[in-house]
Amino acid sequence: MNDFWIILEGSLVAVSCGLLGAYLILRKMAMVGDAISHAVLPGIVIAYLVAQSRSSILLLLGAALFGLLSTFLIEILAKKARIQSDASIGITFTWLFAIGVILVSLYSGNADIDQDCVLYGDIAFVPLDTLFLGERDLGPTPIWLQGFNLFLVIAMIRIGYRGFLITSFDPSFSSGLGIKTDTWHYVLMGAVSFTVVLSFNAVGAILVVAFLVVPPATAYLLSNQLQTMMIYTVIFGVLSALIGFYLATWWSASISGAMAVASGILFLGVLVYQKLLRKRKKFLAITN
Amino acid sequence: MGANFTWVMIGCALIGAGASAVGVFSFLRKQALVGDAIAHSLLPGVALAFIIGGEKSIWVLFPGAFIAGWLSILSIEFITKSSKIKPDTAIAIVLTVFFGIGIVMLTHIQQSSYGNQSGLEDFLFGKAAAMLPSDIALFAIVDLVLISSIALTYPYLKLYSFDPEYSRAIGLPVRFIQFTLSSLTVLAVASGIQAVGVVLMSALIITPAAAARFFTSRLSQMIILAMLIGLVSAVGGVYISSLAFKMPTGPWVVMILSILAISAFVFAPSKGMVSRYNKRKEHQLKVRSENLLKLFFKLEEKGESNHFSRTELLNHRKFEGRDLETILKSLLGKRLLARSQDSFSLTEEGREEATRVVRIHRLWELYLNKRMSIAADHVHHDAEAIEHIITPELEQELLKDLGYPELDPHKQEIPGTKNLKP
Amino acid sequence: MIAFEAHNLTVSYDKQPVLWDIDFEIPEGKLVGIIGPNGSGKTTLIKAAMGILEADSGFVKIFEKSPDEIRERMGYVPQRQSVDWDFPATVMDITMMGRYRKGKLFGRLSKADREIAVDSLKRVGMYDFRDRQISELSGGQQQRVFIARSLAQQADIYLMDEPFVGIDAASEESILNILREMRSAGKTVIMVHHDLHTALEFFDWVVLLNTRLVAAGSKDEVLTEENLRTAYGGKLNVLSRIADLVKRQEYPLREEDSKE
Repeated sequence: MNDFWIILEGSLVAVSCGLLGAYLILRKMAMVGDAISHAVLPGIVIAYLVAQSRSSILLLLGAALFGLLSTFLIEILAKKARIQSDASIGITFTWLFAIGVILVSLYSGNADIDQDCVLYGDIAFVPLDTLFLGERDLGPTPIWLQGFNLFLVIAMIRIGYRGFLITSFDPSFSSGLGIKTDTWHYVLMGAVSFTVVLSFNAVGAILVVAFLVVPPATAYLLSNQLQTMMIYTVIFGVLSALIGFYLATWWSASISGAMAVASGILFLGVLVYQKLLRKRKKFLAITN
Repeated sequence: MGANFTWVMIGCALIGAGASAVGVFSFLRKQALVGDAIAHSLLPGVALAFIIGGEKSIWVLFPGAFIAGWLSILSIEFITKSSKIKPDTAIAIVLTVFFGIGIVMLTHIQQSSYGNQSGLEDFLFGKAAAMLPSDIALFAIVDLVLISSIALTYPYLKLYSFDPEYSRAIGLPVRFIQFTLSSLTVLAVASGIQAVGVVLMSALIITPAAAARFFTSRLSQMIILAMLIGLVSAVGGVYISSLAFKMPTGPWVVMILSILAISAFVFAPSKGMVSRYNKRKEHQLKVRSENLLKLFFKLEEKGESNHFSRTELLNHRKFEGRDLETILKSLLGKRLLARSQDSFSLTEEGREEATRVVRIHRLWELYLNKRMSIAADHVHHDAEAIEHIITPELEQELLKDLGYPELDPHKQEIPGTKNLKP
Repeated sequence: MIAFEAHNLTVSYDKQPVLWDIDFEIPEGKLVGIIGPNGSGKTTLIKAAMGILEADSGFVKIFEKSPDEIRERMGYVPQRQSVDWDFPATVMDITMMGRYRKGKLFGRLSKADREIAVDSLKRVGMYDFRDRQISELSGGQQQRVFIARSLAQQADIYLMDEPFVGIDAASEESILNILREMRSAGKTVIMVHHDLHTALEFFDWVVLLNTRLVAAGSKDEVLTEENLRTAYGGKLNVLSRIADLVKRQEYPLREEDSKE
């Protein structure tokens, strides 16, 4: 049963991250996703220190604010201080992440958070944190939280499907229609921040980027339409979690790390397969 | 601790300076985030080198890190070249997948029975204290290679960083330059695994260069300044982290680096935010002062009188709050206005200055009207803004272009053009 | 009726003024070319008209209203190169975007919307490609999809940015036919155009720009040798140096508009 919960948690993280990550890729903001995932660390540590627990929704929301804060900071550096965008991203997230790590090492005795957890989370402990309703065992709390978040993400994407589509594809045309592209941008960043914070427990602050970017990138290689890309993202996300779990057991290594590796293997597989296919087509065209 | 600690400091100084020097080129090529990908990607190299070499010596781990770093650059290139994946996504993929591999290896090592495995995670966030005096030799060699490579290829690097298209066009060995820069970057990042760790090493590539850019536009100065910033941060970070037990070095290095950089963004002379704000304020005062001088000139032109009280001035032009007082004070201070009791009048210099502003205003109106065929009733608004920024040289050119005219499009006199005829 | 009016329009791009005190009017029902050398502010004019770029001073009016009040009646074709054609979307997906409306982004699109999109695709001859991914199209076909999207907007005035750049002869012919149909239906089409030779043939009204307005009016009036020499004879030296100065000031010049 524990294995099931871990794979389920991994899949939930992979799917909610991947669906949002698909938009990050299409908006050429993959590295902003990386920045957000690093930048929420101080928020998370502060939230843990204050609440002494891992599942206070209110505090998690507060932590997610750090993600939004980092996107503002990146913009301030770029617009007010006139620093080129790649450098503003790099400066912002290394700084916020450094603050987070310092906080972790200062208070690691007090809160149940340590450096390993920052790096790759501890998805193996997910089944231990059980939610009770009176006497009834409802299953692990993180599953409920992550499941609820996934529900929110899917609802947001469904309701805002057209808004996200048009602002991602053609911001000029969107503005021409009078659509507020900035609002859509910040809604997306907010959702990414909150999802990253919720996933921190399971996969840590750095590996979460793999879940944000790799499955949707794999899907991107195969898709002609945004809907298809979303469906493939879900498939590759779940596959990564599943394969990663068994790889980790086999190698006796970090589960989340192995999930990231699995997503990488899937990506490479699709990439190479497509390359061979193209070569074959070329070859056939020449021989004909 | 004493002697050893000195060595550690020297080692960190070398690392900080070397990485920052190379970072300048990553920054100028707008490839700062590739440095981040390289840094994260070192982890599997370090872990594999440990598994093969069986010890934590930097002399064993460094080659592994170097190879892994290079592999990450090649992977990014492979992905972007053989698919429609964009560079930012490729960087993110390589960064996390390599890091994932590293974490898997690291946790695998921890679970298994490798001899002195403990402490390998120090390479994640850095642990400068683990440095041995013998390691310093490696950093010295790395710095020597970095600095001599930059010095030897400096003219090429300079041209390439500022204008890659042009370098290609004139037949510079662009591939070779790219290869050199990538190798130097990997070398610099790999040297930082002990002091800063793989997770935050990218800061030492990006941040010093960005800060140095605020003080100078010259490449040579920028490199030296970045090295200095990197050096100070590395040494300072190591010192602070040594005060607390079990404190990783990397975050403190980055902390000092970020504080230095942000201070630069805010306070740097001329390019900093404060200085730009002040310049804006100055310009505002200049605009308002010149407008007031113009008012004096125009009232005199109408032949009303040449002494005006505050109330009279306020009747002709609106001022907000204490603006009028500030402006009057500044003009009196510059002796452009004179005061007798409650009324003010232009001094000789003041009249000259007012004449200049009115002349430029009317010249610009004429220019818009004649050269840009804008109707006479549409030119005033633009001239109100431009009159405050035109330099004496441009004024000369306007005069020459328009043939030292005497009347503006509204048939008003353009004052003082005669005196300016050569 | 006046379809388009620019009044004292000054617009900056990256702080540097690229349009300087532009003043002109365009009557309804014309095919209008905006012409001028590179960097003369053509795209900026279109973007200011769409309300995407803000004017430093002056304004644009469309049918005597501000662009914000009249978006439903404005169609827009941005530069083809401004989007990523690898985007996972089909020809139909893109065309349907022409039916998106600011206030109704969340509701369902109706069957009628779909029919309008289908009809637009048929008009540009791209209906058979409706399920193709947009990266599989040629440059000219991509441009036709963009035109179809704007047709689906069912506007009265269309602003297009270089729709004739980098396209094949068949697409050019097809687009030109549509433009003429639109004119006969009483629509106004204003487009940035880079090619002087075809301008005389394509348009009945021309706006000649070089940072400032050189001339605007019917093509025979505007496309005179003298006007062309003024527009293409290089930049006004003093003007471009002042534009540089303005850029270096790094702050808005018109903080306090003087009241005299």
